[in-house]
Amino acid sequence: MSTETVASSLSSDQLLAAYRKMRTIREFEERLHVEIQTGEIPGFTHLYSGQEAIAVGVCAHLGVTDYIVSTHRGHGHCIAKGCDVPAMMHEIYGRAAGLCKGKGGSMHIADFSKGMLGANAIVGGGPPIAVGAAIACRNRGDGTVAVAFAGDGSCNQGTVFEAMNLAVVLKVPTIFIYENNGYSEHTGVDYAVGSKDIAGRAAAFGMPVEKVDGTDFHAVYAAMGRALAHARAGHGPFAIEAVATRFYGHFEGDPQLYRAKDEVKRQRESMDCLSIFRRTAAAHGLSDAALDAIDAEVLDLIERSVTEARQAPPPAESELTTDVYVAY
Amino acid sequence: MTQKTMRDAINDALHLEMARNPNIIVLGEDVSGGAGGTSGQREASGGIFGVTKGLLPKFGEHRVIDTPISESAIIGAAAGAALAGLRPVAELMFADFVGVSLDQLFNQMAKFRYMFGGRTTCPAVVRLAMGAGMNMGAQHSQTIYPLLTSVPGLKVVIPSNAYDAKGLMLTALRGDDPVMFFEHKALYPRKGEVPDGDYTIPFGEAALVREGEHVTVVAIARMVVFAEKAIDAVHKDGITCDLIDPRTTSPLDLDTILESVENTGRLVIVDESPPRCSVAADIAAQVASQGFRFLKAPIGLVTAPHTPVPFARELERAYVPSPQRIEAAIRKVMQE
Ligand SMILES: Cc1ncc(C[n+]2csc(CCOP(=O)(O)OP(=O)(O)O)c2C)c(N)n1
Ligand SMILES: [Mg+2]
Repeated sequence: MSTETVASSLSSDQLLAAYRKMRTIREFEERLHVEIQTGEIPGFTHLYSGQEAIAVGVCAHLGVTDYIVSTHRGHGHCIAKGCDVPAMMHEIYGRAAGLCKGKGGSMHIADFSKGMLGANAIVGGGPPIAVGAAIACRNRGDGTVAVAFAGDGSCNQGTVFEAMNLAVVLKVPTIFIYENNGYSEHTGVDYAVGSKDIAGRAAAFGMPVEKVDGTDFHAVYAAMGRALAHARAGHGPFAIEAVATRFYGHFEGDPQLYRAKDEVKRQRESMDCLSIFRRTAAAHGLSDAALDAIDAEVLDLIERSVTEARQAPPPAESELTTDVYVAY
Repeated sequence: MTQKTMRDAINDALHLEMARNPNIIVLGEDVSGGAGGTSGQREASGGIFGVTKGLLPKFGEHRVIDTPISESAIIGAAAGAALAGLRPVAELMFADFVGVSLDQLFNQMAKFRYMFGGRTTCPAVVRLAMGAGMNMGAQHSQTIYPLLTSVPGLKVVIPSNAYDAKGLMLTALRGDDPVMFFEHKALYPRKGEVPDGDYTIPFGEAALVREGEHVTVVAIARMVVFAEKAIDAVHKDGITCDLIDPRTTSPLDLDTILESVENTGRLVIVDESPPRCSVAADIAAQVASQGFRFLKAPIGLVTAPHTPVPFARELERAYVPSPQRIEAAIRKVMQE
């Protein structure tokens, strides 16, 4: 199936919804980049700008009863899976109204009502969890799937290899999404992945694999369509390596000495999934006016989210010892 | 003597001993950084916390090894390198990541010497950045040292200041057993007097940080700093305290603690870890069993609650034992 046939199977409403999600992720992250500098946001934060087409291209296929597990760079996955944006912002500010009551933070956003089983600050922690969720999907027999988002760096963890093999052995509907953004922290992917071939390694476990341009929403969407068809037909796991870049440092404050000086500038020009989407929007029947209107609405939503979160109350101190079976 | 941060003091020890001993290697994620990057700049980080800065340019890629994200392999490779004659220093970055590598630590590294009938040693140092206080959330803020202190075969070192950190690291690098070297993240930027040259601090020798008459306070890592504040506060009311920093929890210098409790009759233990099966609980049990007759009051324990570390500033502040809570515990044992 070509990219075009799958893309055209999306209605313009669906395409606009996907664009809205990607734009929401972008503006969410761009705004965080600014707000973090005020010192109001606790902890440290990893931004997803540049990789939006991957989360959205994957999650555009999923319903609330499908599962995803995410990573330390999880805001994009959360938004793509339908997490409430203001409640995410509250969580990142450590507020009581956050999705995890302010107890989790940026690296631990979860929303079980949306099938979002959690961002994860342990690199490689997610994929085995996705396999477990996929066992539940299989046993329910309702055609749902579990998706593991993982980075190029995380796929060097033994846990990730074990998860892939287990999923193949059990033939459970797990879809491994390897987001290759070129770096794990301050180390390049070509150094850390010995075979220099993430997709090939996944294939060696005995599952079908596709490598796609992660800056092209339509390409990701199409590959995910094939992955889903495979998993839902009971054929077991599938892996996608999606290549993109991150527009910011590993975490906010990273001086990025490992990156060529103009690299990000060049990538913002050539690898921006939103510009790429807009370039072919007319061919898909979308008007600039409709897209511009979405841009404006998204900016309002982010502004409202930040304003509310900044003024919102923190969790009560009594929350310290709740949500644990016993506290001494 | 120079004023140095704890970060630089540890870095100093690594530089010193790597120059002296060609068998020392350093390995871990981004201990240098920059491998495979597009800037061409090697040592793009020198460790996420900057503790291994300058090592790669000086000692080269065979001795300063950037690894993929593979904690099991990092610790296992350190164990194997130690069996084969090297002295590896493995950086685990955040102590929490020890979870990924636990088998290589407690089934392998810790057991080699004993299980193989004393026919080998395993001189490896594992560096772990620990502690709450920076809103890094439940998976980047734990202390972990209680877990590893409970494992026979591992030495556990937990410095509270720059001077001790350098001397303890030099001891670690010269010993023959695996050493878990815990570095509290909040202490990295704290400065202290650090001699430029070579000195070692033996394991199993506590530091008597303050001397007093009424209460013995035992505190670990950052809690030493907080305990000093509490001790200053009660001093205004004429209460004086011994402050003991065990510096190593395995081996533990129980004698110094017992001697002090014999004099004061009152004990407060401050530990940033959750309370159960902790170092605080262990010291309390040891003192109760060996020094019960000295005690004039129940032992005061100031610890984190039995919960994961919360993210929100307000909750994390309530989680970490504060100088105020330590002060209250000192006053309480004085009332008995
Ligand atoms: C077990 C574990 N080891 C190391 C880290 C520190 N760390 C956080 S993110 C990261 C790099 C992850 O790279 P990648 O998987 O490519 O994801 P990206 O950051 O590029 O999204 C590392 C080493 C961690 N959080 N957990
Ligand atoms: Mg990456």
